[in-house]
Amino acid sequence: MFAIVRMHDLFAIVMLLSIYGFLCASFFMVMDAVDVAFTEAAVGIGISTLLLLSALTLTGRFEKKQRHKPLLAVFSVAITASLLIYGTLQMPPFGSAYAPAHQHIATHYITQSLGETGIINIVTSVLASYRGYDTLGELIVIFTAGMGVLVLLRGATSPAKDSEGKSKRVTSKQPVPMKQHAILRIVSKMLIPLILLFALYVQFHADFGPGGGFQAGVIFASVIILYVMIFGLRATQKTISLAWLEFLSALGVLIFGSVGLLSLLFGENFLDYNMLSSDPVQAQHLGIFVVEIGVGITVAATIILIFMTFTGRMADRGGQQ
Amino acid sequence: MIAQLPILQVIVPLLAAPCCLLVGRSKLLWFFALLASAMTFVISLVLLQQVQESGTIHYSLGGWSAPFGIEYRIDLLNAYLLLIVSSITSIILLTAHASITAELNENKHKLFYVVFLLCLAGMLGIIATGDAFNLFVFLEISALSSYTLIALGQKRQALTAAFRYLLVGTLGASFILIGIGLMYMVTGTLNMFDLSERLPQVEESRTVVTAFSFLILGVCLKLALFPLHWWLPNAYAYAPSVVSALLAATATKVAIYILLRFIFTVFGGEFSFTTLPLQEILSVLGIAGVLTASVMAIYQQNVKQLFAYSSVAQIAYMMLALAMNSTNGLIATLLHLFNHALMKGALFLALAGVMYRLGSVELTQFAGLGKRMPWTMAAIVIGGLSLIGLPLTVGFISKWYLLRAALENGWWPLAIFILLGSLLAVVYVWRIVETAYFSPAKAGHNQIKEAPLRLLLPTWILVLANLYFGCDASFTIAVTELTAQALLGGAP
Repeated sequence: MFAIVRMHDLFAIVMLLSIYGFLCASFFMVMDAVDVAFTEAAVGIGISTLLLLSALTLTGRFEKKQRHKPLLAVFSVAITASLLIYGTLQMPPFGSAYAPAHQHIATHYITQSLGETGIINIVTSVLASYRGYDTLGELIVIFTAGMGVLVLLRGATSPAKDSEGKSKRVTSKQPVPMKQHAILRIVSKMLIPLILLFALYVQFHADFGPGGGFQAGVIFASVIILYVMIFGLRATQKTISLAWLEFLSALGVLIFGSVGLLSLLFGENFLDYNMLSSDPVQAQHLGIFVVEIGVGITVAATIILIFMTFTGRMADRGGQQ
Repeated sequence: MIAQLPILQVIVPLLAAPCCLLVGRSKLLWFFALLASAMTFVISLVLLQQVQESGTIHYSLGGWSAPFGIEYRIDLLNAYLLLIVSSITSIILLTAHASITAELNENKHKLFYVVFLLCLAGMLGIIATGDAFNLFVFLEISALSSYTLIALGQKRQALTAAFRYLLVGTLGASFILIGIGLMYMVTGTLNMFDLSERLPQVEESRTVVTAFSFLILGVCLKLALFPLHWWLPNAYAYAPSVVSALLAATATKVAIYILLRFIFTVFGGEFSFTTLPLQEILSVLGIAGVLTASVMAIYQQNVKQLFAYSSVAQIAYMMLALAMNSTNGLIATLLHLFNHALMKGALFLALAGVMYRLGSVELTQFAGLGKRMPWTMAAIVIGGLSLIGLPLTVGFISKWYLLRAALENGWWPLAIFILLGSLLAVVYVWRIVETAYFSPAKAGHNQIKEAPLRLLLPTWILVLANLYFGCDASFTIAVTELTAQALLGGAP
């Protein structure tokens, strides 16, 4: 972490960040939080590194020289850190089963959730059922982020912008489809179907093991991104156009939401899955299944959308120079 | 269906947003968005009435009962805030079509409405929820969408302003998250009501104090309490006019709601004001904020920026009132939430009219506009008088309660500072009036016409509301009195 703060080479920083992500994921593994580790691996290491890198190709590799010393910043960071340490000194001992966090509602989830939802993976039942509304919220956050990127990058190419881009030392070139790399092309052709299968496995296997719509969506998106990098944007857009992606990203949210609306129509509370079937356990299964599909679709579509807008932008700039 | 209103309040705009992506034409989109926000307005009216009749409404999401699932809990404070946000947003949205046609590229209209509705849904979600983590999730939705809305501004500075806001907002959000995480650690629950019952058992723990300070700091970043306000003026100034109106009228109100909720409901007023020297901090920062921001406002050349600084000052007034820790003080805060939303809504919508005709809101451009755009300028004058706190406007009512609370506490010097703040407001409002009415019109401005009715009408709805609630404040005072008593009387 210290290295990240001291460095000026943004590329190296991104790499270090992904190492940091790996370490975090391993920590989560050690602490038996497999689901969190999985998410960190997929999102923190995989996708966010990719997105940062594609942002770098747009901006340039080195940060600008700082003119002032950030003394005030150092000061406030020091205060915050000491406050945090001060506060955590009295926190419940690590791993103690008697810590309040494990005593109150967590006990309920652990003892009751199997009976109430019929799902072995407690994380999934909490995320998709007990706190399903939070998950809908998170999904909307991702959707909003996608819309934000679209707002910023779509059709914003103006002459003023480009001249500024040039002054910033653009080190990368337009991403060329890697035609000459036969090995990459063949290996990726072999891998892509397998990864797609894996994404589907993660999508539908969340009931029993770590996984779920978020991770599956990310894995699915990474396949498409791999395809874009190797075969070029144009080839990809023949199958998946941006308009479709926009539609899909909205569709996922709507699928999730419509489950909730359906329960309203049946006179139940929002996102109450029990109306889906007479057997409550069956109903929970069905509800979570549909909801996870919605999550998967929006996450995948949004991430691909963001990446494609980035690459489209690179292609624009390459064409103009 | 009545029982489902609490959730409909939030999910109507939330799900209308992705639907917008599927709609084609700009005018249709506008109509659709307007419909969604008008629905939230109607729902919030019904909710307020219900709460007044039968007390707090509980609604468990997913059918899971309170601490295990997420719960919506609408008491008087929630209902009041829901009404403020949804009503003002609906009125602002009335102007959206005309205003963004003038200010945005055609290809961004669709995204504008999507993000605008998301922002509305985020704010309503924050207010309606009774769950601390759910609040954070919706905070993220509203924050992300407001960064995006600001970045839609025409000038390049809009991007920098949005980025600054993004940095500060993210910092604030992560502080809030740390606070919520620490609270979960010591209590094992995320439900606000549950938290308020369990926190007193562990209130000696340093972890709780840390959680509290992180929460307060995070929220203060969000609500631009002086001296953490530096992101605000540019964000308001460079955003599209509709967005400036939305943010100025509603966004900070929501942040203040979060503050009130955590101070009075979750932690309890007694704990909050004894563990940290909250009274001293808030009153000193409040006074400093009122004076500095008002003085800064005097020196602004851009009228949007001028009113943005005045917003910082008004927020400082609300904090000052909060610092009194008395019923009247709290009433003053709550009244000013509503009244300030009315004033700033009217002012920024009037500015949208100016922007529509002139394409700029620099003060120099205002020369002679008093004759060219009489209605718009009259709206600005009345809004300005309300800011100053002249009788017959809403500004007077909230200033009156603030003064009463100050005198009740025996804080004489404070009363003087409040009057001084009003005098400074006279100065910055006078600058606009002087340029608009007493300077000769610029050469090229002879062709300028009055703003179109589509902009003028919503502006004047808000202006008349300013006057109406200034003359007859019985509704607002009745609601805020009960709310203040409920907040101070412990958990609802």
